[in-house]
Amino acid sequence: MVQSLDRSQGRSGGIAAGTSNNPTFTGNRALQIEEPLIFEMGQPGRCGVDLPEPPKVKDRLNGLKRAGEIGLPGLSEPQVVQHYTRLSQKNYAIDMGVYPLGSCTMKHNPRINEKVARLPGIGDLHPLQPVSTVQGALELIDRLAHWLKTLTGMPAVAMSPAAGAHGEMCGMMAIAAALEARGERAKRRVVLAPESAHGTNPATAAALGFTVKPIPANDRGRVDLTALKAALGPDVAAIMLTNPNTCGLFETEIVEISRAVHEAGAFFYCDGANFNAIVGRVRPGDLGVDCMHINLHKTFSTPHGGGGPGAGPVVLSAALAPYAPYPWIVKDGDTWRVAEDGAAVDGKPLGRLKAFHGQMGMFTRALSYIMSHGADGLKQAAEDAVLSANYVMASLQDVMTPAFEGPCMHEALFDDSFLKDTGVSTLDFAKAMIDEGYHPMTMYFPLVVHGALLIEPTESQAKEDLDLFIGALRSLAERAKSGTAAEDFKAAPRFAPRRRLDETLAARKPVLRWRPSNNPPEGDPMKQAAE
Amino acid sequence: MADTKYTEEHEWIRVEGDVGTIGITQYAQEQLGDVVFVDVPQAGRKVAKGEACAVVESVKAASDIYAPVTGEVVEANAALADSPGDVNAEPMGKGWFFKIKLSDKGELSGLMDEAAYTDFVKSLG
Amino acid sequence: MRYLPLTPADRSDMLAAVGAKSVDELFNDVPASARLPGKVAGLPDHLGELEVERAFQAYAAKNVSPSTAPFFIGAGAYRHHVPSTVDYMIQRGEFLTSYTPYQPEITQGTLQYLFEFQTQVSLLTGMEVANASMYDGSTAASEAVLMANRITRRTKALISGGLHPHYRAIIETTAHWQGYSAVSAKADAEGLEELIAKVDKETSCVVVQNPSFFGHVRDFTKLAAACHAAGALLIVVVTEVVSLGLIKPPGEMGADIVVCEGQSIGNGLGFGGPYVGLFATRDKYVRQMPGRLVGETVDADGKRGFVLTLSTREQHIRREKATSNICTNAGLCALAFTVHLTLLGEAGFRRLAELNHAKASELADRVAALPGVKLLNDSFFNEFTVRLPKPAAPVVEALAERRILAGVPVSRLIPDDPSVANLLLLAATETATEAGMAPLIAGLKEVL
Repeated sequence: MVQSLDRSQGRSGGIAAGTSNNPTFTGNRALQIEEPLIFEMGQPGRCGVDLPEPPKVKDRLNGLKRAGEIGLPGLSEPQVVQHYTRLSQKNYAIDMGVYPLGSCTMKHNPRINEKVARLPGIGDLHPLQPVSTVQGALELIDRLAHWLKTLTGMPAVAMSPAAGAHGEMCGMMAIAAALEARGERAKRRVVLAPESAHGTNPATAAALGFTVKPIPANDRGRVDLTALKAALGPDVAAIMLTNPNTCGLFETEIVEISRAVHEAGAFFYCDGANFNAIVGRVRPGDLGVDCMHINLHKTFSTPHGGGGPGAGPVVLSAALAPYAPYPWIVKDGDTWRVAEDGAAVDGKPLGRLKAFHGQMGMFTRALSYIMSHGADGLKQAAEDAVLSANYVMASLQDVMTPAFEGPCMHEALFDDSFLKDTGVSTLDFAKAMIDEGYHPMTMYFPLVVHGALLIEPTESQAKEDLDLFIGALRSLAERAKSGTAAEDFKAAPRFAPRRRLDETLAARKPVLRWRPSNNPPEGDPMKQAAE
Repeated sequence: MADTKYTEEHEWIRVEGDVGTIGITQYAQEQLGDVVFVDVPQAGRKVAKGEACAVVESVKAASDIYAPVTGEVVEANAALADSPGDVNAEPMGKGWFFKIKLSDKGELSGLMDEAAYTDFVKSLG
Repeated sequence: MRYLPLTPADRSDMLAAVGAKSVDELFNDVPASARLPGKVAGLPDHLGELEVERAFQAYAAKNVSPSTAPFFIGAGAYRHHVPSTVDYMIQRGEFLTSYTPYQPEITQGTLQYLFEFQTQVSLLTGMEVANASMYDGSTAASEAVLMANRITRRTKALISGGLHPHYRAIIETTAHWQGYSAVSAKADAEGLEELIAKVDKETSCVVVQNPSFFGHVRDFTKLAAACHAAGALLIVVVTEVVSLGLIKPPGEMGADIVVCEGQSIGNGLGFGGPYVGLFATRDKYVRQMPGRLVGETVDADGKRGFVLTLSTREQHIRREKATSNICTNAGLCALAFTVHLTLLGEAGFRRLAELNHAKASELADRVAALPGVKLLNDSFFNEFTVRLPKPAAPVVEALAERRILAGVPVSRLIPDDPSVANLLLLAATETATEAGMAPLIAGLKEVL
């Protein structure tokens, strides 16, 4: 086993059991409704859609007509609306307030994006309609591509990846393609990545057959340039860096890094997750990147939707542009066409990564946001994001422990030194924030900082809301440090729709679907608390 | 347990004859938290010293287990499939992972004895 | 600017608290060579909502919306009617603007609907367990092959000639760059392909589609048995998930992994995305399954609740040893799917499937009656292939000029095979009407 084992994240020791005061007949608590599963609600004979009686036709199903029940429950429309409405009320969301998840950029999701995405003639187009009937759609994609290229100072962009991780795969495949074209694919098998990298980076590199070598950080939290230069060699294919990095810091020596990487014959992949710190102010192309994926659902406000969908277009340097995957949206004179698999293009596409053309719904939303902000607004947004994070950092640095010295970019990173000997872990601290009405910040990431707490307020919060948030964290920090509040923290959250959940049980005895025979899972919270 | 040796990766091995039983230490299970799953190697598999051959998972972490010695796996602890919690409850006993038939007992001399391991753990702070 | 709450006074106060004279100081780490004199050049400034809406209306006006024309296009994305409830539910802020449920205490809404979704997908596909969705059917298919490679420790995938060409291309791309081999059979327009003889001890998986890209409905039970005898897995792809309301599901044919494109339920055509990938398998393979998984558990008060589980498969823990690099799921698209399917229920879903088959049957008979046109399918669900007496691509163009969206010429997706040049793929869902079919038939008569 490896040395740094403490990844229990405060979980060892069981869950502190609570008591249920003031029971109600329904088990509900005013607006918080105990909601059954649809399978526990359905009745045969109920249906929420009126469909006409199908005409009787002879089946042409090769004798494979489905026999037996599928097992789907029947609910009427009002029941369906009530069920999902009641479920929605158990969720925290950006629309409710500060959502300080570092690295996720939980900024405001404007509703005009939703409106334009649903316009007839945009939201209802089939991707394989004849190209002459979708010229406006292709123009829209091209317009977004233009914005992304100009904002980043890069000559090309691959639009089709469906999410950030997919974009990473695209970028790294383009690098592999460029190496293959040079005859160096077999020789260059190493990818360098900082230890602070997001897990998708090494996962992507390893999938492509690269060996990932970690590069250490210096004590200022940035890539150790000397160590990097020592690691560069004829066997290195690429470096994968996030900038600003996952500690919320701008890689000061990035131009020197990219120069060294290029001199060594390698490529520079930039993880664009933190683009919100610099969008409109700094162009990654000027920093020497060869490719960068952009999370439209982070920097460009497309909604997170409970975990997706996203979109991860990848801007590409001149060296990598020829390898962009199909399809290419190409302009011929006044008209657009879609160059699909096998079509002749000015390059050597690496293949195809996704059916059809890409996440059009996210393109529309992102373009609407970009046009609303404009070049001036985007720059202001980045500056406000950076200012807000520094304001949070400055307002908390006397009661919490910043991981690194000096100003941060758009996110503020703390470690858990301030909780030392209090009996309160980062996890406990986060759960107590829930009772204060906030979604916790990102915790235990990046891995290079002990008990990390990563706060990204974004530019979307009013100062008075930030002040209240800061006040809540100050109060929690002081209570934790009093040394007498550990039990209270361990019992948090108290007021959420659910108390702490038994993740150990969920992993030991996975129950991943409803079955008629499901009994309540074994697990006695009182017994666990006593262990 | 005079026959128990330890590695710096917090595995222990207890040898009887030429078969060694292997598991993780008390320190290791504390660091991991509740164990939810153990992926053990199949009997018959040949492993080299230092080769990753098992994985122990908690809710938020997955750690590789490295073979402390070279040899052939003769038995894996099937009970862990139903009670991975045994690793937390009795890491030195019923929470064992697998047994190896050693091909070179000399490799044991490179491992720590109990006193050395105790000091090692102290040094980790 | 309406999205930016900070006022100049706020900024000034905040700078003072930070101890910086201007926000430029906070960007001091940017190398001088990369500092711009101001905003990025060559781009317009901000716009109010009215101007933004006008810009998008202008884009929309240059497109032909399927609701304004006879429409018979399928080929992996299908036009269905989505009940109004769906779009309103997914736009509730608590769903639209929430995040991945990493803090389960305050995201039980998301976790519970995903648990319900996982159950629905298992039921539809006839499989034991399903994940909380993938990006789409095409990427899910590629992930399924990778999963089969891990389980069998083999690296050769056999790809049916009935698989959607985009899906095939993605698997071939992934195979090339991730270092395994994908052997693709030639296009199976007639639905007669036999793959059993090609399965051997080096095969990790066979990937088939049902109904196939050309519409044929087949029984893969024997192929499943042959795969298992050779130690390989059978992966079945379903691009039209409504077909599962009428056709024997892959789980009952012995499939090991089933992936579907879920777009047909709850999600409009959207010019190709975002869609929703469904991924289901057997319990014994669950730890090799990529993507998020929601599991049931209890909280500290003993109440039932849901959490993300078996996370150690995923990239944020396993990093380079993860089952996949995937991070997001299809989130809101999965919600739309599950709301729509819940509205339909058992009776509604089956009836929807029957309506689709009935419409396609009618259309098939009418098109096949045209002189020189041959229907290639003995079986189909809501999409079939016809051979025209001349190349199909110009026919489709000519009909597009008449504002008739007459299916997809197969050559668009299989450009390098002359044997498919005259093939046309036509789909008819419950949205097809006489007012659409009549002009299509008349138009074809004219153009052929």
